[in-house]
Amino acid sequence: MNQVFDKAEGISMAVDSGSRRSAESGEVDMQANIPSATVGKVFVDHAKMAIRNVDVFYGEKQAIHNVSLDIRKNEVIAMIGPSGCGKSTFLRTLNRMNDTIPTCLVKGTIELDGNDIYDKKLDVVSLRARVGMVFQKPNPFPKSIYDNVAYGAKIHGLCSSRIELDEVVETSLKKAGLWSEVKDRLNQPGTGLSGGQQQRLCIARAIAVSPEVILMDEPCSALDPIATAKIEELIAELSENYTIAIVTHSMQQAARVSNRTAYFHLGYLVEVNDTEMVFTNPEHSLTEAYITGRFG
Amino acid sequence: MEKNLNLNQHISQKFNEDLERLRTDVLNMGGLVQNQLSDAIHSLVEKDSVLAESVLKNEDTVDHKEIAIDDICAKILARRQPTASDLRLVLAVSKMLPDLERIGDESAKIAKFAIELREHSDMKGYIEVRHIGFLVHRMLQRALDAFARFDVELAVKVVGEDKEVDTEYTTAVRELMTYMMEDSRSITRVMKVLWVLRSLERVGDHARNIAEHLLFLVKGKDVRHISYQEMKEKILD
Repeated sequence: MNQVFDKAEGISMAVDSGSRRSAESGEVDMQANIPSATVGKVFVDHAKMAIRNVDVFYGEKQAIHNVSLDIRKNEVIAMIGPSGCGKSTFLRTLNRMNDTIPTCLVKGTIELDGNDIYDKKLDVVSLRARVGMVFQKPNPFPKSIYDNVAYGAKIHGLCSSRIELDEVVETSLKKAGLWSEVKDRLNQPGTGLSGGQQQRLCIARAIAVSPEVILMDEPCSALDPIATAKIEELIAELSENYTIAIVTHSMQQAARVSNRTAYFHLGYLVEVNDTEMVFTNPEHSLTEAYITGRFG
Repeated sequence: MEKNLNLNQHISQKFNEDLERLRTDVLNMGGLVQNQLSDAIHSLVEKDSVLAESVLKNEDTVDHKEIAIDDICAKILARRQPTASDLRLVLAVSKMLPDLERIGDESAKIAKFAIELREHSDMKGYIEVRHIGFLVHRMLQRALDAFARFDVELAVKVVGEDKEVDTEYTTAVRELMTYMMEDSRSITRVMKVLWVLRSLERVGDHARNIAEHLLFLVKGKDVRHISYQEMKEKILD
């Protein structure tokens, strides 16, 4: 009976032993733990973009190692990982932005709706109209707000009349959530807008050419929380019509905006899973270590 | 230990301390609740009303600890936006707290009956109280041990033990009902003993809940409202 109703001294011992166990455990070994194949939901049915065995080299240095991934139509996929893990490099391979870097070599295949985007016969300009990009720093052209949005539609010959062009500009600005703020000053320079407005202008510019996929490379890192919230709201709305791949340093942002999250580490794609799963119960220990702030 | 959650491996030392403090505080509260339960049962079967009074007095301390730990959880959520196992730890703790507090409440109820029953010389039903008290106290101890060590196997065992408690409780109720039918003068007293047994049975449920929250914390799988067999398959696969 005494044993039955022993007081709880045992528990405080358990606390100590628990702490000791934690203290004894080693840190996550960054290099050794990289899986031989990406874990999680890598492939999907009816992929908009299919990436297979992609390696990217900058001269001698290999930046991306054997990455395979499907991007589903109308999904928002977030790429996260520590600085230098290759997530931006990977994003830039999706519309051949890396072509502008002479030492860059891309191996493997990347298909958009079943067509190889690295096909030599493919017109890169029309590819980039189908796969648009929004950059970290808002980069409006030194032109009016109107011309910023109209530019792509003009050079791609998407509009035959001024009325049509007006419509494209208005629709794009509305989709980007900027119309009500700029409709009375369309002729003023785009560079005169606030940072958040400039970024939404860049998004309007990207969607004016009716892309199918929008790539976003840390689109909110130069913005304040209010402007960030507006862009995130916009991403949710845009995902109804577009497929979006976003690179972000903010894990909370990835958690808020994306359907799936891909974790990159030292150039390897470690894990891709539904975002809820990645942030509540990630499959791989490296993902867990990164998102819980255990890298040191 | 099933899985090391590396609570002390964050870049932020303060975050390590916050999580470790959360864990330690829960275990301290668990220890207090465990004492409350054992004292309450003791006070009843040993007719020790002084001990029963102390259980009632300590009830406030349990309540205050619940509020304080809840506050730590809210602060960690607000300031750290925890993810993965850190998030599951905070969620699991905030779900365990009401269970611990309710065990404190049940202990206080038992202590009240201990005071009311101290004058009665009839001991009918006390063997059952001791027996079921032993079982649920051990369940609580094991649930807290499992939490201290993130021990999945022990937590699974605790969930299984609840079935045994339920069976013992049903048997005890049936027996005491028969006793009351035979001796109607005992009804008032035996009803009180039945309430005590009911409280103990509830303690078993709460201990099982704590074990289930621990399984969610370590494995990231929700095992509530499924059969024991399904739970074992889900957890131990």
